[in-house]
Amino acid sequence: MKFTLSWLKEHLKTSATLAEIADAMTMAGLEIEHVENPADSLAAFTVAKVIEARPHPDADKLRVCTVDTRDGIKEIVCGAPNARSGMLAVYAPLGAYMPGADFTLDAKPRKIRGVESHGMLCSAAELGLGDDHDGIIDLAGEWPVGTPAAQALGAGDAVIDFEVTPNRPDWLGVAGVARDLAAAGAGEYVTPKVEPVKGNFPCPVAISTDWAEACPVFAGRVIRGVRNGPSPDWLQKRLKAIGLRPINALVDVTNLISHDRGRPLHVYDAAKITGAIRARRGDGAADRFEALDGREYAPDESMCVIADDARALGLGGVMGGEYSGCTDATTGVFIESAWFDPVITRATGKATGIESDARRRFERGVDPGFVLPGLELATRLILDLCGGEPSEVRVAGAIPAPPADIAFPVSEVKRLTGLNLPRAEIVNILTALGFGVSGAGDVVTVSVPSWRRDCEQKADLVEEVARIHGYDRIRAVSLPRPKGRRTPTATPGQNRARAIRRMLALRGYHEAVTWSFCETAEAALFGYTQGLALANPISSELDVMRPTPFPHLLKALQENADRGAADPRLFELGPAYMTDAPDGQISVAAGVRRVLAPRHWAGARAADLFDAKADALAALAAAGAPVDSLSVAAEARGWWHPGRSGVIRLGPKTVLAEFGELHPAVLKKLGVEGRVIGFEVYPDAIPQPKRKAETKARPALVRSAFMPVRRDFAFVVDEAVTAQDVIRAAKGAERALIADVALFDVYRGKGVVEGRKSLALEAVIQPFDKTLTDAEIDAVAKKIVAAVEKATGGTLRG
Amino acid sequence: MSGTEDIRALEAELSAAIAAAADEAALEAVRVEALGKKGRVSLLMRGLGAMSPEERQTMGPALNGLKDRLNAALAERKQALEQAALSAALAAERADVTLPPRPEAMGSIHPVTQVMEELAVIFSDMGFTVAEGPDIEDDFHNFTALNFPPGHPARDTQDTFFMQPRADGSQMVLRTHTSPVQIRTMMSVKPPIRIIVPGRVYRCDWDQTHTPMFHQVEGLVIDRAAHMGHLKGVLMDFIAAFFETDEVRVRFRPHYFPFTEPSAEMDVGYSRDGETLKIGAGDSWLEILGCGMVHPNVIRNCGLDPDVYQGFAWGMGVDRLAMLKYGAPDLRDFFANDVRWLAHYGFSPLLQANLATGLS
Repeated sequence: MKFTLSWLKEHLKTSATLAEIADAMTMAGLEIEHVENPADSLAAFTVAKVIEARPHPDADKLRVCTVDTRDGIKEIVCGAPNARSGMLAVYAPLGAYMPGADFTLDAKPRKIRGVESHGMLCSAAELGLGDDHDGIIDLAGEWPVGTPAAQALGAGDAVIDFEVTPNRPDWLGVAGVARDLAAAGAGEYVTPKVEPVKGNFPCPVAISTDWAEACPVFAGRVIRGVRNGPSPDWLQKRLKAIGLRPINALVDVTNLISHDRGRPLHVYDAAKITGAIRARRGDGAADRFEALDGREYAPDESMCVIADDARALGLGGVMGGEYSGCTDATTGVFIESAWFDPVITRATGKATGIESDARRRFERGVDPGFVLPGLELATRLILDLCGGEPSEVRVAGAIPAPPADIAFPVSEVKRLTGLNLPRAEIVNILTALGFGVSGAGDVVTVSVPSWRRDCEQKADLVEEVARIHGYDRIRAVSLPRPKGRRTPTATPGQNRARAIRRMLALRGYHEAVTWSFCETAEAALFGYTQGLALANPISSELDVMRPTPFPHLLKALQENADRGAADPRLFELGPAYMTDAPDGQISVAAGVRRVLAPRHWAGARAADLFDAKADALAALAAAGAPVDSLSVAAEARGWWHPGRSGVIRLGPKTVLAEFGELHPAVLKKLGVEGRVIGFEVYPDAIPQPKRKAETKARPALVRSAFMPVRRDFAFVVDEAVTAQDVIRAAKGAERALIADVALFDVYRGKGVVEGRKSLALEAVIQPFDKTLTDAEIDAVAKKIVAAVEKATGGTLRG
Repeated sequence: MSGTEDIRALEAELSAAIAAAADEAALEAVRVEALGKKGRVSLLMRGLGAMSPEERQTMGPALNGLKDRLNAALAERKQALEQAALSAALAAERADVTLPPRPEAMGSIHPVTQVMEELAVIFSDMGFTVAEGPDIEDDFHNFTALNFPPGHPARDTQDTFFMQPRADGSQMVLRTHTSPVQIRTMMSVKPPIRIIVPGRVYRCDWDQTHTPMFHQVEGLVIDRAAHMGHLKGVLMDFIAAFFETDEVRVRFRPHYFPFTEPSAEMDVGYSRDGETLKIGAGDSWLEILGCGMVHPNVIRNCGLDPDVYQGFAWGMGVDRLAMLKYGAPDLRDFFANDVRWLAHYGFSPLLQANLATGLS
């Protein structure tokens, strides 16, 4: 919402400066977006009188002027052809910044062809006031030397633009702004009361409202014998200053009142009205009409139409129609002042896409108390500007009831804000804002003005009091600390996430944050089928909630490679979406890195799926998963390389992670070159640790006093047998003594028949109560061999 | 013969042989020749038994002395040879220590995560816990319960992402703020409540200063006494702690949010030093968050009595806090995942914000 300072001063008698007014607005909740003050850039310049202009002794085109300035008599060299004795000019002192020419005068007098010049006489272009380079400004009228140039040039009216919050439709009129500023102490509210204009004849146009919910009241009158045409200069200037285009006097009057009082009106050419005017539901194609924006609309039954007996004339509260609009040829005008329901107006505005000043006001809720005064004010202005003879006012429907009174305990101010204000101040503030306060007890009755329909309850009044008194006067108080022992506030899930992030970053991955949405085709690569599409995506590439962070991570990996990053590694711990229900969102830690040719002077190996497996296991261990109890199977889902990927489970069902090489076909579809290994860890699937015992003390450490014995075995097994099968069998052979079984070699080739492989294990046998004899150790070894043979069909390699 | 003279000659000969031994094998050969079972010294000692007592009295000590001296010379020579061999071996094992070690990558923690952890530390110290909620929300939690009734114009300011309607016609939204978690918390936890809610939020807007996804942190205090003075106090304490400054100049301006009443926006003072902003003091104001007393309708919508329970809430941008504190100039970089940016603006995983060692 824009207004000019001079406009505000018609409603607010004040000696406050522009800066003070802007500050008062800010502190009363009218957030300034922009203040444009032409006077600011002209502050350095003042009116000066050229006492004498004579030729420069050394240059034909220059003159030397003796000038009476604010700073005394000055010699100024000037190149303008129009410099002459006796003229009033605009003087720039030494050191002044020239806004139009973007340079700063030297701070010391400068010699021009041998004559010192002590300042400058300015052209309009040099001041940024136009393109006129032909000569210096030759001021018309009489101005004392030293008058600010802004004043003499008539360029002084500041334009203030501020944000109108949705709860304050009254701020969509300059008078409403003035009222709040007056209450806040920035001046006196002087808006004159509107006096009714007596009608000379009955209103010839019948009015009815057939849809009371959308249009509870519709008032109107006709003025006949008007002379329409361009509005007077002052009105055009006022509208132009806030960015509105003058149309003609009748229309300009409605725009003026809309911005002056927040009261939208509509003027119809009375000659174009057939029969009665009514507000009713739209009738689709039958109501097709061309609106003032030049576009056609066919209002449906959810929209409020203003129609006469022949056609739809406009969308109530949103936009009028072209057909019945006022033109220079209009001689009779019908003025509409109605009240349209905010919700219906907003729905119509959204459905049609029309953004109009009327919609903006009605959808926030205009002042129902100003339906009739608004009509009278328009009548008065039209009579003043266009002449004519007014009819009586006709009103259909009933003006919506004023807001309900509020029972207000004045102690609420202290309860909610901590401000300890005297009752009188609370009453004064409310009264200044137009509220009525009655009652003498602790609980007063507050009547709410018709333009403050946002105030419904006690807290709303507290805000009014605190806002006008000043939030800056509320004393800050540190929140009292909770009593007693401080306990950690993070949840197990949060701690898990921290640990996983740190483990992965320590393992070389940079944490990324990628969009929660991705492209449907990409999501489909990772198993997405349906149910998570956005209705209004920001782009077709981000149109579905992601089933995994992989699409973005993989593409980011490639983008980094394209930028020349040697070995980028990225992880993200973020959401993935299974359904749109609150429990359909899971947390996933995913990481990716590329498989690159190894290069190191001492020899190196390329990363492979076991690096991804190690990363996944490290993340799980960091998150507190029981890594010794996990099992691995080559059963990862379809976006993984079928032979080089695995799933990590706890028990038969709970999947804690997947890892491996990504499927080459998936990578290709995402535009990722080469091979990529990655993992996905599901922290939410890790069982919660058992409820913490009362003590954090650990159980006593059990250490054996006897040396462990290590024995190596090599088993030849079928290719289908996994290392996990063999190790499990070996470990289970004698649980009391076998502390660990580690696999250290896999061999295929000479000595092992085709289709089989040799797996070499080291078993650690740890006695606790005595040193084992050779026979006892041999017995354990035999058990291991027997267990592995039984479980896997493998044989000890001879 | 004169025994002692022979011994002297023998000693001279063997000592020379020991000194001349070029390696441990040669030295061992000398030892066997002298002191082995059939060594020359051993044979002489064996001959002592056949000597007269007088001779034995002279020759015994002489031979024993010889044996001791030879053993000492052998040991000394052995050590010298070992030392020489080690020196030679070490000389052969010299490496170019300027060669690079095997590479090990070090990753980083994203600034958003870092800031969220800093927030958790600061507010945990004031007794707040960290609450979370889903990104896909229903209309009730994101709007209606927060006092945005259907058709409310403030809904338009949210640039809401909608999900495709479900089969039953209902339509979920991507949460436009972290405030739905206020509702979820108030409906499930009995006051007193002190929570912060960091998380992803979504608005259908994408330009230089807006991304369709960003991060907010919500704060909520509900008890029987929390008022606007406390709200100011908490936020000023937060600004001091987060920006690590003693000077905190703030300005609370009235504003409008459907879910708070009274509502305010908070500006912080700042000054500019070249490209970087110094937050806390200075002549310019920077809008940093919205806040207010929780609207009585919201408290009521959660089944609590607004005449008994009261409190305040605020919300601010996490990414923005990160930009202001750590000087990252462009919001879009936060989600561009350029490893150069992540390495530069990210944080060491060894750094863990806490009160003892600092936030960062």
